[in-house]
Amino acid sequence: MSQTVDTAPTAEATPSGKKKPALSEGKRAERRLGLMLCAPAAFVMVAVTGWPIVYSVWLSLQRYDLRFPDQREFVGLSNYVAVLTDGYWWTAFGITSLITVVSVVIELVLGMLLALVMHRTLVGRGLVRTVSLIPYGIVTVVAAFSWYYAWFPDTGYLTSMLGLEAPLTQQIPSLLIIILAEVWKTTPFMALLLMAGLALVPEDLLKAASMDGATGWQRFTKVIVPVMKPAILVALLFRTLDAFRIFDNIFVLTKGANDTSSVSMQAYNNLIRGLNLGIGSTMSVLIFLAVAIIAFLFIKLFGASAPGNDAGGRR
Amino acid sequence: MAIITGGTTGRKAKWAFIDIVIVLYALIPVVWTLSLSFKTTESQTDKNFFPSEWTFQNYRDIFTTDEFIRALINSIGIAIISTLIAVVLGTMAAYAIARLDFPGKQALVGVSLLIAMFPQVSLVSPLFEMERNLGLFDTWAGLIFPYITFALPLAIYTLSAFFREIPWELEKAAKMDGATPAQAFRRVIAPLAAPGVFTTAILVFIFCWNDFLFAISLTSTSASRTVPAALSFFTGASQFEVPTGSISAAAVVITIPIIVFVLFFQRRIVAGLTSGAVKG
Repeated sequence: MSQTVDTAPTAEATPSGKKKPALSEGKRAERRLGLMLCAPAAFVMVAVTGWPIVYSVWLSLQRYDLRFPDQREFVGLSNYVAVLTDGYWWTAFGITSLITVVSVVIELVLGMLLALVMHRTLVGRGLVRTVSLIPYGIVTVVAAFSWYYAWFPDTGYLTSMLGLEAPLTQQIPSLLIIILAEVWKTTPFMALLLMAGLALVPEDLLKAASMDGATGWQRFTKVIVPVMKPAILVALLFRTLDAFRIFDNIFVLTKGANDTSSVSMQAYNNLIRGLNLGIGSTMSVLIFLAVAIIAFLFIKLFGASAPGNDAGGRR
Repeated sequence: MAIITGGTTGRKAKWAFIDIVIVLYALIPVVWTLSLSFKTTESQTDKNFFPSEWTFQNYRDIFTTDEFIRALINSIGIAIISTLIAVVLGTMAAYAIARLDFPGKQALVGVSLLIAMFPQVSLVSPLFEMERNLGLFDTWAGLIFPYITFALPLAIYTLSAFFREIPWELEKAAKMDGATPAQAFRRVIAPLAAPGVFTTAILVFIFCWNDFLFAISLTSTSASRTVPAALSFFTGASQFEVPTGSISAAAVVITIPIIVFVLFFQRRIVAGLTSGAVKG
């Protein structure tokens, strides 16, 4: 059994103390199998994200423009200074934050309504759930093109119906359309996550509240929401981080014109359009940090717990 | 809200009305794309919601160009291969997480949670540079690797939630009968877990099918460009005659698998998406 020491060194410590050797062998086999089963998934995830993010930090410390590869050199933090003193970056950051906050708030309200309908409806529950999955499943770019043509002056039924000129050429109308496209696409996902929380609300509790004379709104705020709080926080966390990465809708709807660019669009433009790996990587690292900070704040401030973390959820 | 007894016709009518609102909400953009795809070039600019003249010309056009057919093959191939690999690796890992006790389990859960929250755009620059050096840029493999990576957390969460619901006793009984843990996995748990695995496969496929950012960043020719990426190049090419019809027809074609999944597997998809969320 000496070779097991290599794969599971900690296995040695436990059996020597408390457990019988017979049990420890089974335990060791279990540990070995556990590690073997997880190894491929862990390897792929770390190889495709762990190393590249380190590499990305390394690239961000260099002047590295693929159009002028000869001028590649280590420049320390000057890319960060360049990005963080750039007006376009901060505009994009503001726009991204605005889109994130507004769309997540609207999605939470609409998603809650949709979740209640999916949970409670007396007729056509299957139908409602089925059609709700269409926005969730549809390719974002496809939906974005649908909105683009709906608001495009030459083709759009919405522009002609609402008597608008060319909403996608102005900043505020463009942002509203981007938010509309985001909300349409992701509200059903939010609703499904919330519905999972709704299913946990005990029916007896609602009946009891109702007996005590609680109105529908009181039952919602005093019973349903407190019980659902963990589900709401998880849904908010996931959607906030997802909304902050917004790219597809903006790419199709405005291409970032008229100050509607998101941070992801900025990074993409510098990298793939501009072929500036140094600046592009700097933006990548900054976006990564921003997302990490958002996640940290959610978990610390609101006590959102990680789903799937069954060993003592909240800390 | 709390009373679900019987239901008078009045209340049913109220719910039916709400249902209709939701159906319209979900379907209008889809029907609009469908309608555009059937409009003739001249009637595209009439701004009517429904086509006045119907034509299949847009579909004929896209299926006679290599560009679309090639992109469709890329989309299907890349999504299927990524799904298969992600589901196999995810099943192994999720089984271990749900059933076995081993060191590093929490770390794995933590890492996959981190990746689920990871901004994909942060990976575009290093992957772009690394794949160019490794010769993976603009190949199927160059997209399959990131897809598997981002699909794995989804697969692991969904599957471990399903696996937790499978009764422990069966596995123990199999072990009592002399099965090794590996045999217990293959013979007892795997068949019971098949529905969960299938559901996960659908969710992962939808995820891979949907991707746009990697598809436009890590490809440069039709050799590996998937349909969502190819669509945006339909437009970029000609500024003045926007190929509305072709884009809409191609959009409809890649929406068909989604509609099929949703229609046939609604229950499973809902169960899959909600199962991971309840725990915690």
